[in-house]
Amino acid sequence: MATEESYPEDLRYHAEHDWARIEGDEATFGVTWFAQDALGDVVFFEPPEVGATVSKDEPYTEVESVKAVSDVIAPLSGEILAVNEEAGTNPELINTDPYGKGWMVKVRLGDAAEVDQLLDAAAYKDLIAE
Amino acid sequence: MTEELRRTPLYEEHVAAGGRLVPFAGWEMPVQYEGVAAEHAAVREHAGVFDVSHMGQIKSAGPDAASFLQHVVSNDVAKLEAGGAQYSCLCADDGGILDDLFSYLLDDGSYLTVSNAANHETDLARFHELAVGFDVVVEDLAPAHAMLAVQGPEARAVVARLTDGELPPRMHTATLDVAGHQALVCGTGYTGEDGVEVILGNDGAVPLWRELIAAGVTPCGLGARDTLRLEVCFHLHGNDMGPDRNPIEAGLGWSCKEETGFAGSEAVAAARETGTAERLVAFAITDRGIPRQGNAILAGDDEVGTVTSGTFSPSLGFGIGMGYVRTDLAEPGTAIAIDVRGRRREAEIRKKPLYAKSN
Repeated sequence: MATEESYPEDLRYHAEHDWARIEGDEATFGVTWFAQDALGDVVFFEPPEVGATVSKDEPYTEVESVKAVSDVIAPLSGEILAVNEEAGTNPELINTDPYGKGWMVKVRLGDAAEVDQLLDAAAYKDLIAE
Repeated sequence: MTEELRRTPLYEEHVAAGGRLVPFAGWEMPVQYEGVAAEHAAVREHAGVFDVSHMGQIKSAGPDAASFLQHVVSNDVAKLEAGGAQYSCLCADDGGILDDLFSYLLDDGSYLTVSNAANHETDLARFHELAVGFDVVVEDLAPAHAMLAVQGPEARAVVARLTDGELPPRMHTATLDVAGHQALVCGTGYTGEDGVEVILGNDGAVPLWRELIAAGVTPCGLGARDTLRLEVCFHLHGNDMGPDRNPIEAGLGWSCKEETGFAGSEAVAAARETGTAERLVAFAITDRGIPRQGNAILAGDDEVGTVTSGTFSPSLGFGIGMGYVRTDLAEPGTAIAIDVRGRRREAEIRKKPLYAKSN
């Protein structure tokens, strides 16, 4: 089930092991390969509410493996436009396709300047290698 | 304060097998290798091996060994025949559960008692304390011994091919040569599957582990051990009972024979006589969500108990757990709810075990 370790160049990363795919004033969030590997088999993900506000560095949802619950941290601030219901039904997508079908929310960004505080793939890889 | 974590003789094997090592009861133990779900399935469908060398072994030998152990543990030790195994509680004088134990009567008339890692030192102290006046020698065998649990429908057949003799039936033991080393093979386990537990000298652990892995047995960590035992409602000391709970409220009254006069028996008899305010129950979540240790148990809007163990059940596909509730709510079928971090999750008290093999 496990996918190959990867950190796509086109994403930006948060040190709490989250990624953001930024498209104009919107962004898609999810957790990194490193995060899903540390979690183990993801068995529960309940998407947050559309319309809810998320704040950079604050938890916006939870993801659960067999053994444990983990907060998912927002890499950027904004308002939730869409959530991944399919990952709610098939939480293993967060393991098998963390950057694709395992996405969590789509957000309208509140403050574009926050993007500059995120890491690029190389810097994130350095962080997790420590 | 950082305390040096202890390692079992299989530490290097765990690293080589890709084990994720975590601190557990003062030991550095593998929580998983490939993943909890895969390891859980391997034990339910084929065979898995767990390193349980962190568990302790206490030998009680000498002319008074039988009467001594009868005084120490809650079950009727006199009922044990040579080669037999018995589950019991180790109680404090007030009836609180210090540990839960398996004792084996060996061919030489001595007893081997297996303790939980976290309680081994406490247990030893209690054994020594209660030994006064008995002609018995209490010996800590844990430092020199390893223990492997081989569990699953194919487990016995695999181990049988590595031995020179016949495996003991369930709840019995036999001293056999296993993978070239003398071992005590016990027909016991903590998964609800058929299988054996093998206690052997530290130098025998690596050869046996390698033979089992070579035979296709899946290495399994503490993560799968916990989901497997919770599905069949085996208690975990420290979660589901402790010194603040007596065996009656914990649902372990069946392992207590107060007429033997074991230490703590008066308190246990009183609890049995008067009943207890709470009972340990098993439950299943009937909507979404996973219960976790410490979550409140609700009946209507009232808090009526606390979850002591909770997990996602890989075999059943939903959240399960155990916890203490008010005795009047302990009947299977009773609707309850679990407060999972502020979200109300509907649940129902179920009969134990929560998971039973269909075949």
